[in-house]
This record gives sequence, C-alpha cells and structure tokens, in this order.
Amino acid sequence: MAEALQMKNIVKVYSNGVMANKDVTLCVNEGEIHALSGENGAGKSTLMKILFGEEQATSGEIYVNGKKVNITSPQMAIGLGIGMVHQHFMLVPSLSVTENMIMGVEPKKGIFIDRKYARQQVEEIGKKYNLYIDPDKKISELTVGQKQKVEILKALFRGAKILILDEPTAVLTPQETAELFEELKHLKESGYTIIFISHKLNEIKELCDRITIIRRGVTMGVHNVADVSEEDISRLMVGRDVVQKIVKDPAHPGESLLRVKDVKIVDETGTVYVDGVSFSLREGEILGIAGVEGNGQSQLIDAITGMGHISAGSISLRDKDISGASVRKIRSMHIAHIPEDRMTTGVAASLSITENVIADKLSWKRFVRGGVLRRKEMRAYGQEMVDAYQILCKSQDVEIGSLSGGNIQKGVVARELSSEPLVIVANQPTRGVDVGASEFIRHQLIRARDQRKGVLLITSDLNEVLGLADSLIVMYEGKIVAYIQDVASMTESELGTYMLGIQKQSAAQIKEALHED
Amino acid sequence: MKINSQKKINLLVDCVKMLMIVAIACALVSLIVFAVSDDPLNAIYNFFVGPFTTLRRVGNIVEAASPLMFTALAVVIIFGAGQFSMIAEGSFFIGTAGAMVVAITIGMPAGLHPIVAILFGGILGSIVALIPALLKMKWNVSELVVSLMLNYVVQFFVIYLVTYFFREMESSSLCSVLFQDTATLTTILEGTRIHTGVLLGVAACIVMWFLMYRTSFGTSLRITGDNALFAKYAGLKVSGIMVAAQAIAGFLAGIGGGAELLGMYTRFKWTATPGYGWTGIVVALLARRNPLMVPLSAAFIAYMNVGADIMARNSDVGREMVDIIQGVMMLLIAADALLQGWRQRMIIKAAKAEEEVSV
Ligand SMILES: Nc1ncnc2c1ncn2[C@@H]1O[C@H](COP(=O)(O)OP(=O)(O)OP(=O)(O)O)[C@@H](O)[C@H]1O
Ligand SMILES: [Mg+2]
Repeated sequence: MAEALQMKNIVKVYSNGVMANKDVTLCVNEGEIHALSGENGAGKSTLMKILFGEEQATSGEIYVNGKKVNITSPQMAIGLGIGMVHQHFMLVPSLSVTENMIMGVEPKKGIFIDRKYARQQVEEIGKKYNLYIDPDKKISELTVGQKQKVEILKALFRGAKILILDEPTAVLTPQETAELFEELKHLKESGYTIIFISHKLNEIKELCDRITIIRRGVTMGVHNVADVSEEDISRLMVGRDVVQKIVKDPAHPGESLLRVKDVKIVDETGTVYVDGVSFSLREGEILGIAGVEGNGQSQLIDAITGMGHISAGSISLRDKDISGASVRKIRSMHIAHIPEDRMTTGVAASLSITENVIADKLSWKRFVRGGVLRRKEMRAYGQEMVDAYQILCKSQDVEIGSLSGGNIQKGVVARELSSEPLVIVANQPTRGVDVGASEFIRHQLIRARDQRKGVLLITSDLNEVLGLADSLIVMYEGKIVAYIQDVASMTESELGTYMLGIQKQSAAQIKEALHED
Repeated sequence: MKINSQKKINLLVDCVKMLMIVAIACALVSLIVFAVSDDPLNAIYNFFVGPFTTLRRVGNIVEAASPLMFTALAVVIIFGAGQFSMIAEGSFFIGTAGAMVVAITIGMPAGLHPIVAILFGGILGSIVALIPALLKMKWNVSELVVSLMLNYVVQFFVIYLVTYFFREMESSSLCSVLFQDTATLTTILEGTRIHTGVLLGVAACIVMWFLMYRTSFGTSLRITGDNALFAKYAGLKVSGIMVAAQAIAGFLAGIGGGAELLGMYTRFKWTATPGYGWTGIVVALLARRNPLMVPLSAAFIAYMNVGADIMARNSDVGREMVDIIQGVMMLLIAADALLQGWRQRMIIKAAKAEEEVSV
C-alpha cells in the first residue's frame, strides 16, 4: 500500500520552552484509519498542528504522497488535501453554520459571496454525510455535539483527502459516534486517509487499522490494531497496567441533598427545554443523568448551578431554596460544577494554572486576607493541585491555555473537587482525559461519594455512566422517562431504548426518583 | 527548561524589541526630516537633542508625561476588564473642570485646597465613566459608542461652564478667572514646572499595579477581562467588576485632569479636550498594559512630543510628524512576529541543553 503521509523525526519546541515532540515518526498508509494514541500532553495535538501547518516543526521532515513538503500554513495544508478537526472548537460563535463552513473558501459570484449556493452546498454535504445541521443557525445556539459536527463537516467541505480528527468523539453521544464511524468507514472505502485521535480505546479497536503510540514526545511503536488488546495499548501509552474496569463498593444513600421538583424551563421564544422534572440526589450516591444530548440536560444543569433560570418548580439544597440564586450564592452553599465545555466556561486561558484553580476561592481566608492575595499560599496550593492531579506543565505559573486539552481538563476538575463541595455536578468530567487520569478522576468521584457527598454525573460515555453511577435517570424530550434505582441491573441496550424514547417507565416508577414518602 | 532561563530569554527579547522600536521610530524621524527639510541636520538635532539642552526642556518632558500616566492607567484598567470604553478623554476633561470649580469658588488652606479640588475632579471623572458602564450593564448598550459620544458632551459642557460662569471678562480669548493662590500645586524642581502631580501619577501607577496583581479584586478583574463567562461561572460579580473598573478608571483620569490643571496653570485655558485620553491608549499599549511600565512609556511619548515641538519652533518641519511616528510605533508594537525567530532559536537551544542534562 502506498504511503499517504510520512512525518519523520519531528521535533517541536514551543516558544515557552516546552519540548512537545522530541522525536516522533508517523507513517500513514493511503486509505487507512490510523490511530494516534498517547497520554495527555504526549504531543498528539502538537504533531497534528504541525501537519496542518499551524505550528512549525523545529526540525524533521514531512512527506505527502511521497513528496517532501514544507507546510507553512493551514491554507497550504488544505491545498495539499489535508483537513483537520481540532480538539477545541475553531468556530466563530456569532456567525452562522454556513458562514463558518465556507470561511476562507467562499464560493464567489463576481466579487460577492454566493450565499444561496453556499447555503445549498452546506445543506447538501450535511445530508450526504448524515451530519445534518441547520445551515442558518448561529454557532452560539448549537449544542456542543452539534458544534463538533460542524467542525467535521467543515473539514470535509474543504475537500480533504487526508482527514485529521483530534478527539472528535469526546463530546458525541454513542449514537452519534456510531453514525460518525459508519461515515468514516465509508470515507475510508472511497480512498480517504484518516488520522484518528481518541482516549477511548474501544473506539480505536472498533475503527482503526493501525495505531501509533507516542509517549512524552517520542514514538513508542506502530502496531496493527488487530494484534493488540486494549490493555496492551494502555500499557504502551502509560508504561504501567491501567485498571479500566470501575471498581466500587455498593452505595449507601442517605438523606436527600439536592431536590429538584417539578422544574420547567422555557426560554423567551417559548421553547420548552425541561418539562416537569423531579428527582432527588441523596448523600452518598452518584446519580447519573443519561440521555441523548439536547434533551434538556444542559438547561437543567445550568439551572441547578445558577448559570441559567427556571420557569416553574423549585430546586433546593437541604431544604434551602436555591432556585434562581446567583452562582456565587450557590457556590457558597458548596455546590461544585465541572462544566461541559472547558474552554468557554471552565478556564481563563491566559491566566496561570494557580489563578485558575483559586478563581472560585477568592473569598477563602487562606488565600486572601483583607483583600490582598497571599501569594505564597496561593502558589503552594497551585503546586499541590498540579501534583495531586498530575497536571503536566513546567510550573503552576504557566498559562493554563498552553496545556494540552486533557491537562486543562484536569485543572478544571482539580479546582472543583478541591472546593470542599457537598454536591458535585460533574458534566463530562473525564472528557478528553487519558485512561490513567480518567481512572484517577473517577476514583476521586467515588471517594467523594463514600465521604457522604452527592455526585450528579452527566456523561455521554455509556460505560462511564453505567460503571460509575449508583442510580440513574434518563431524560428524553425534557422529561424523565426512566428512573433506575440500581444501575448494576441495567444493560447498555436497555438504556438505549429509554434514551431514544422507545420505552418509557410508568409515572409511579418515575416518581420514585424524588424519594418522597 | 527552567522557568528562569525562559524568563531571562523573554526579558532580553522584550527589551531588545522595545529598543528596536524606539530605534526604528528615531530612524523614521530622520528619514522624514531628510525628505522634507531644507536643513535636515538642524531639524534632527532639535528633535532628538533639543529636549535635553536645558533643564527647562527636560522639565517639559516630565510635565508632559504627567497627564499621560493617568489616562494610560485608566486605559489599562478598562481594557484589563475586557471593556472598550474610550471615556478616559471625557473623564480627564471633566476632572479639570471639577478642579477648576473648587479652585475658584471655595476658600481653603493651602495644603488642603488642591487635594479637595483634585478629588472632586476624580469623583466627577468617575461619574462620567459610570454612564457608559451602567448603560451597558442595564441595557447592553455598546460602551464604545456611548463613551465616544459622551466625550463630546463633556467637552461642550465644560466649555459652556467656563464661558458662562467662570469667564475672565478682561481677556479677549476664552479663559477662566484666576484660581485662588491656595489651590495650585507646588513646583518640586526649581527652574521647571514639574509639580507634585507627577509624584501622584507615579504613586498611582504603583497602587494600580498592586491592585491588579496583588489583590483579590485585581485577580477577579483580570479573570473577567480574560473570559467573562468563566468569571460568572466561578461566582464572581462580573457586572459589578466591570462597572467598578470603569469607575476607578474614570477616577484616575479625573484626578489626572485636576492635577494637570492645578500643576501647570493658574487659569482654565482649554477650548477643546487636549487629547490626553487618546494618547493614553498609545502609552498603555506601549507599556504592554503593565501599570509599572506606564511611567516609562509615558516619558518616552512625552519626549517625542517635546522634541517635535522644539523642532517645529526651530526648523521648517511641522510637529504633526510625531503623529505619524506614533502610528508606526503602534504597528511595530502590535507586530508580534518581530524578533520571534531569534527568541525561538534561543529557547530551542536552552530546551535542548536541558534535555541533554536530564537524559
Ligand atoms: N501553544 C502552546 N504553547 C506552549 N506549550 C504548549 C502549547 N500547546 C501545547 N503545549 C505543550 O506541549 C505538550 C504537548 O501538548 P499536546 O497538546 O500536543 O498534547 P496531546 O497529546 O494532544 O494531549 P491531550 O491528550 O491532553 O490532548 C504539553 O506539555 C503542552 O503543555
Ligand atoms: Mg490534544
């Protein structure tokens, strides 16, 4: 088979002195799906940004279709038929889907952009690849999953023959992932070459032909995916055995902590997002919320954490009403919140790691006295967080935005879990985090539960929700359609029927979620 | 690589970059002068050396830097909170008016009088700056547009005030009556007009640096400026912080106006806003938004202005040239690519050396 791509002995030193790639070699055959794996901060995104012309390699060679190339800009990469879907979205929130897709490759009619034609093309390509998104919607109105689809379509729209997908499935639901995989396999058969990055090893096993593993900026080897097991892959990545199965003792739930009662959320245009939801989160339990994205979970979480409003009903913490309270008030009552999208809500990217982990703790006597920062304490705390969560960085003083995706996520999780919470609202807590660190974060959530805290877990990773949650509610079209008291009795396929609205429990069964006697 | 060596490299590159920008600016001056002047050497001499020939002229540099420090600080705070209010100009001017009113109408002991006058100017500056801030908070009106418009309102209001209430009738040109003797600031260096307002400016820079980098308020402000949504999510009072930042900025510009008026003049003489708010933006950017760098960058811009004035007086080249140079300097500062290659090479070398040690 011909080699579509070869990256040889790539070295990359960032301007802050981090050596992200020390010696990476990557060979990708034409018409294969090639996995690129490695721990958080191993240098995967960096390598791909070099290939896409966004970063320049310090040294090393790149061959595309056997020809040596020097890719100095994304335009040039696109010209060579390379497309990239970034780990963090690169979309303009105030523009429409169409405008984002055609940016830089606008179809022209004279000197004007041919909007009608562009819109039509966007619509067509969405249908063709089964990733349909309303072309006129503004990006800011889309859900995270929809944004991801726009990113993928954008790359396809530019006619990429070599497609780089940097963690495209991190925010997709299993159904969406399955659809995407169908499409990718289809693309592969029509001769496309795909580089696929994911921390979900089962996805790699299912989709990919070969795998290149990078550890700390150095290639560890190339394997046929069929020849290695998931355990082998994680051992090669991390250098030790990783327990992927989630182990925990049975839960002993107690009193109700957070009580959501008859909550309804309607926006100004009259769209109903949440329609009469009632449940109760008890101390010492992990309560999962499952559902296909866009069935009201986001709005519900926003309401609980003070980021959004409710239209009717009530939310209370230990019998204190918190409906409509400010984030500040809610945080002061010890509700922590790991947000869904770390880059837009989770961090101030150009501030240091230290400043980011204490952003919610500026009222703590430990860090601030009389309005003045206690810098020594702060920095020590930053260091503590970096150590405890193994955030890969040069020091706690670097900008958090310069970390790798998974390490930024670890920073967010560190801040929230260290805020002495009573209730933890964990929205996609392990999104983009490697297998070893995921294990650690899940373990922390279980530990919090064992310390009689309540954890509300929202995740699109079915394995995670089934493995981690003690009980489970399933949302469909703004309503709870099932309450499963003991998740151990649940199978993935049964869960699927609830999530897709095929099956629904009786009202009495659903009412049990409230734990009212 | 050690944080230390990295910091050293960055410091070195930044210093060299600033020097280069200054050098390019100077080279540009020479180039233009050679092109337009009949006696270029004389003009260039006047521009570069002129400001240092007498103590008085050196004093002019410091005097000219004084108001710029205040307006630049205002800009640093406003931009730091992620807001784009251009109110520094208006706040400065209303500050001069406030100080004028107190200086003319109220009798007070010498030590106290200027303090009260300047503070009053600061409060008025603050109130003016609050208008765009509150309109944005309440109705999401663009603070940029409101502040630009408001600057005109302030200008004409102040002129009206002077014309109808405080005008010196004896004088043919528009100016106010004399301030009371007790109101003016003392001169600190014999033979110049350098006044205590300069010290106030430097002190303000230090205080603002402390506020932004050493207090919880400053941290909240920088968080809000970087990502307002994150600030809200972290439980910070986002709109309160934005409004407070603009109020503080207005206050700074206002006391700057008061200090300028009482330090440099014995009566109010402006017939239009003096433009320090705009130049303040240049100064703030040249200082890379760091309050501690503001005095230096203000002094540099002041030097250019004084040089241009002297040159205009003593040669055939106009002072407008300095505006061209300021524009070019802004472009150079914004050009991040300048010297990047050099920085990168040094960093790579340091990183590789470190790598070898650790292996
Ligand atoms: N813009 C940048 N400036 C400085 N350092 C950077 C930058 N981007 C990445 N790095 C550093 O380079 C290293 C590799 O990062 P990279 O994003 O390539 O990791 P990754 O393998 O994609 O990890 P993840 O799985 O977490 O996404 C990290 O140590 C990171 O801190
Ligand atoms: Mg990455």
